Amino acid sequence: MTTIVVTGIGATSCLGGNARDTWDALLRGESGIRPLTEEWVQQHELPVTFAGRVKVPAAEVLERIEIKRLDPSAQLAVIAAREAWADAGEPDDPKERILVDFATGIGGLGTLLDAWDVMKEKGARRVLPMTIPMLMPNAAAAAISMDLKTRGGARTCVSACASGTESIANAVDHLRAGIADVVICGGTESVIHPLPIAAFAAMHALSTRNDDPARASRPYDKDRDGFVLGEGAAVLILETKEHAEARGAKIYAEIAGGSVSSDAHHITAPDPEGNGAARAVVDALTNAGLTPDDVNYINAHATSTPVGDIAEYTALHKVFGDRIHEVPVSATKSSTGHLLGGTGALEAIFTVLSAQEKIAPPTLNLDNQDEAIPLNVVVEPTTLPDNVIALSNSFGFGGHNAVIVVRSV
Amino acid sequence: MAQSKDEVLAGLATLVNDETGVPVESVVFGKSFADDLDIDSISMMTIVVNAEEEFGVKIPDDKVTELKTVDDAVNYIVSAQG
Repeated sequence: MTTIVVTGIGATSCLGGNARDTWDALLRGESGIRPLTEEWVQQHELPVTFAGRVKVPAAEVLERIEIKRLDPSAQLAVIAAREAWADAGEPDDPKERILVDFATGIGGLGTLLDAWDVMKEKGARRVLPMTIPMLMPNAAAAAISMDLKTRGGARTCVSACASGTESIANAVDHLRAGIADVVICGGTESVIHPLPIAAFAAMHALSTRNDDPARASRPYDKDRDGFVLGEGAAVLILETKEHAEARGAKIYAEIAGGSVSSDAHHITAPDPEGNGAARAVVDALTNAGLTPDDVNYINAHATSTPVGDIAEYTALHKVFGDRIHEVPVSATKSSTGHLLGGTGALEAIFTVLSAQEKIAPPTLNLDNQDEAIPLNVVVEPTTLPDNVIALSNSFGFGGHNAVIVVRSV
Repeated sequence: MAQSKDEVLAGLATLVNDETGVPVESVVFGKSFADDLDIDSISMMTIVVNAEEEFGVKIPDDKVTELKTVDDAVNYIVSAQG
C-alpha cells in the first residue's frame, strides 16, 4: 500500500502566527484563550465573552487588497497555505497534478452577516459585488488554489468539526488513487462574531467561564462546561513517500491511513455508545494496515463538553478495551480552543510533530479528572516511543466521525 | 453640491486604489480602466457602488458600461452631482 507522508506544514492560531510558534507555545503549556474586547460583546449582552482569536491578525500578514477580497476564514487559509507550501519547498510538479482538498465548517459567515447589515442599513444597491465570492463555502479552497496556481481541482470538505481531519483522509485517498502528485489539505474557521457565539451558547455548547477564560477549556475535567470557540487555519502538504524522496523533500511523518463514518444518531449529540466513532477508529487503523494494539498515542477530539468527552472515551474503550487506560492522550483544545472546521487540521499538525519529535503536548486545566473518564491524559510534555503510531480524532455535529493514523518515519 | 473635476478625480483615485491597489498617481485623465489600469469587471462594479456612496450620486447599471475611461467617470459624477 502506498505510503503517504507530510512534507510541509503551516498554521495560524491563537497560540502563534505560524506552525512552529503554535507548537512551541503548545509545548510550553500556554493558553491562547483571552477575553474578547470588541464592543459588540457588551452591545449584544453575549453570555460568553471570550474566545481564541488568532495571535497574529491577518491584516499584519496580508496586503490590504487581499484582506478586502477574502472572508477572514479564507485570509487565514491563504496565510497557512503559503507557509506550508514554502515549508514543503514549493514542489515544482505540473500544476494539473496538484490538488487542493480543504475544509471549513461554517465558511464565510462574517462576510454574509456584514453584507446583510449593509443591505438593511443602506439598501440593496450598496451590497458589494464581491459578497458572494467571499461568502461561498468554497472560498478558502479556491483562494488557496488561485494563490498557489494549482489546477488539480479545489475541493471543499464540509463536515462540521470533523472537516479538517476528513480533508486529510481525503488527501490520502486522492494520492493512493493516483489522481494527484501533491495534495494541499487542511482546514480553516473564523466565526468569532456575535451570532455564532449566541447560537452556540443557545445550545449550551459553550463554556461560560467568563471570569477565567484561560481555564475554561478543560477536557476531561469534572468541572468542564462546554467548548471554547477558536479560530485559525492549518495546512498540510501530502505526497507519496516515493515522490517526496525523489525530490529530496524533508518528511515530517506518515499519514498511514484514515476513515470517515457517520452515526445516524442525533444532529448534535454523539452516539453515547460510540459505535460510529469506534468504527472510524478501527477502519482508519485497517486502512493503515494496523490494529488497535499498535496505537501508542492519541490526540483526542476532546472539546471539553460534558457529553462529548465521555462519548469519545466510550468509543475508545470499545476499540481498545482496558488498554486504553494506558495509552497517552493529549487534549490540545485545552490550549487552542475549538477551531471547528480547522481543528482537525491543526490537531493533525500537532500529531505529526508528536510523531516526529516523539513528544506529547500537555493538556491544560485538568484539575480534577472526571472519574468516568479514566484515560491516561498527558498533563506535562511527555516523551513518546521512537515509533509513534497515533490517532487523531474529530467528531462533528451531524454525526460525522473522522480519524487519521499518523506514524513516525 | 457639485465638486470640481479635480476633487472628484482625487476621490475616485482613492476609491480605485482602495479596491484594487492601483497607485493613486496612476488614476489620471486619459487612462482607460480596463486597458491601462487593468481593472477587472468585478472591481469596476465595486468601485461604482463605493462611488455612489462617496459622491452621493446614482450610476445606473446601463451607464456603467459606458464609463470606460477615468474622464468618463469623473465627467459623469460631476454632472450627476448637478
